[in-house]
Amino acid sequence: MKVVVCVKQVPDTEAEIKWDVEKGVLKRDSMDPITNPFDEFAVEEALLTREKYDCEIYAISMGPERAQEVLRNALALGVNGVYHILDPQLSGSDTFGTAYALAKAIMKIGDVDIVFMGRQSTDGNTGVVPGEVAAILGYTPLTYVSKIREIDFQGKRIVVERAIEGGFEVVEAKLPAVVSVIKGINEPRLPNLMGIRRAAKMEIPKWTCDDLGLDKDKVGLSASSTRVVEISVPPPKAQGEILKGDLDEVAEQLASRLLDLKIIK
Amino acid sequence: MGDVWVYIEHREGSTSPLSFELLGIGKKLAQERGGKVCALVIGESVDQIAKEAIEYGAEKVYALTGGVFKNFRSDVYTKAACQLIEKYGPDIILFRSTTQGTDLSSGIAGKLNVGICADAISVYHENNVLKMVRAAFGGRFNVTVVNERATPKLITVRPKAFEMPEKKDGQKGEIISESVGVSDSDSMMKVVDFVKSAVTVNLVEADIIVSGGRGLGKPEGFNLLREFADLIGAALGASRAAVDSGWIPYEHQVGQTGKTVKPKLYIACGISGAIQHLAGMRTSDCIVAINKDPDAPIFKIATFGIVGDLYQVIPKLIEKFKAKLGK
Repeated sequence: MKVVVCVKQVPDTEAEIKWDVEKGVLKRDSMDPITNPFDEFAVEEALLTREKYDCEIYAISMGPERAQEVLRNALALGVNGVYHILDPQLSGSDTFGTAYALAKAIMKIGDVDIVFMGRQSTDGNTGVVPGEVAAILGYTPLTYVSKIREIDFQGKRIVVERAIEGGFEVVEAKLPAVVSVIKGINEPRLPNLMGIRRAAKMEIPKWTCDDLGLDKDKVGLSASSTRVVEISVPPPKAQGEILKGDLDEVAEQLASRLLDLKIIK
Repeated sequence: MGDVWVYIEHREGSTSPLSFELLGIGKKLAQERGGKVCALVIGESVDQIAKEAIEYGAEKVYALTGGVFKNFRSDVYTKAACQLIEKYGPDIILFRSTTQGTDLSSGIAGKLNVGICADAISVYHENNVLKMVRAAFGGRFNVTVVNERATPKLITVRPKAFEMPEKKDGQKGEIISESVGVSDSDSMMKVVDFVKSAVTVNLVEADIIVSGGRGLGKPEGFNLLREFADLIGAALGASRAAVDSGWIPYEHQVGQTGKTVKPKLYIACGISGAIQHLAGMRTSDCIVAINKDPDAPIFKIATFGIVGDLYQVIPKLIEKFKAKLGK
């Protein structure tokens, strides 16, 4: 009984965003890297699953050298093992290339029942990687999961609640599955000092493209079918207006202005 | 070829006008490419949806029906869509960046090994090259993406990013009924229940949103906002600070770790405007900010701002709107 949790390192947008206005690019190097907030819920759900069903947890991350910090954090939380997918050839992979590399790592771990992921990253924000990983592996795609009701590892069955527009649906599905989770599914715990100390000393195994047997035509910048051609600062909104006057006057102005827009009926 | 397909989403056969919203931009793109705009409809029985798609401008409808498609299930919908894509070879497929649109497009991308441009806020041709614009890094940057090599080009589009197409009676369109070799045994999942949310208005679809943040100071503040929202027909949103304080459930959260919304009118009450919040709402058409702090960043993106205590401003606004709306 094995579960995998995918974690991504993202720039910490809680901290001040630093960007190079001249060049119009984000100074990623100057920002503190953190675990993608949605992935924290995925790690916690994996830990809760192990507490209930006694499975093993492997955390994987694809990213540059310092992405190992998010794996170290997962180790501090007590996952059984981690693998860092690290290869310069992977740099610039689009969502398909990323999903393909993750899928191959999951296959290499082998006999995986559930892959936990966050619903999306807070930097790329595409939300398509979980669905792509599931499609590549032929696993059941269970996205936007807000609650796991039941897992039957022996019977290869899972029941989840998925938060979709207008409500939630209850889905009964076969394992193996990719389960992408939303905020609020749990309360992620923090690593304790002992965990942090233990993790600090641990070796983080690295997997390259060759280790994973990746088809190099499918990964990296040159393989990506999507390509960024321009980064621009969006045109500023027309200078807004701070309404002036006493309480009654500003409320009167705002109400009239908004009614003029003919949106409120 | 140059055909542009638009995936029409529905839940067990029920649609909203927004299900058809991408037929407008789809038609424009198809004309520019010398192709047709086609609706892709998958469901248990889709006659009504196909008919409506034509009224909204679809020149062709690929209709896939069968009991296996009663509920949206990503795996069987993906399998079926891939068979049709292989048969007809569309150039572009547009999806809404909702849960359903994201699920289906990512399934297709994984199966067909093609890239996706996700959550586009603009799509256009420039010198015959299709360009897509996404909001990145909390909307502070617009990133323009091309997807030259992939066929089909999969694009998910932020809801309400484009004008609704006009619905007209008597438009002509061809319905192509297709059957594909997909059965229940192809699915690894079963939808056993749907529980409608207690939140009556869907934030993503709402035209007006009244949102509250840390400045409310207490959970009861949302009672006041709810009264205001009900009066003007708005959905109720919240900042992360308010959700994390336990004042209101997560499904109301707007922002980077919540929902991305694009209403016609967004009224931010007691929200300072942290980048995480702006990421979820800055593309709203009209933004109103009500905040005590004149230096709050929310004022920088607001169309109208009121510097003041929301506990005085909102009741006054309620009074004004009641009088003006005759309620």
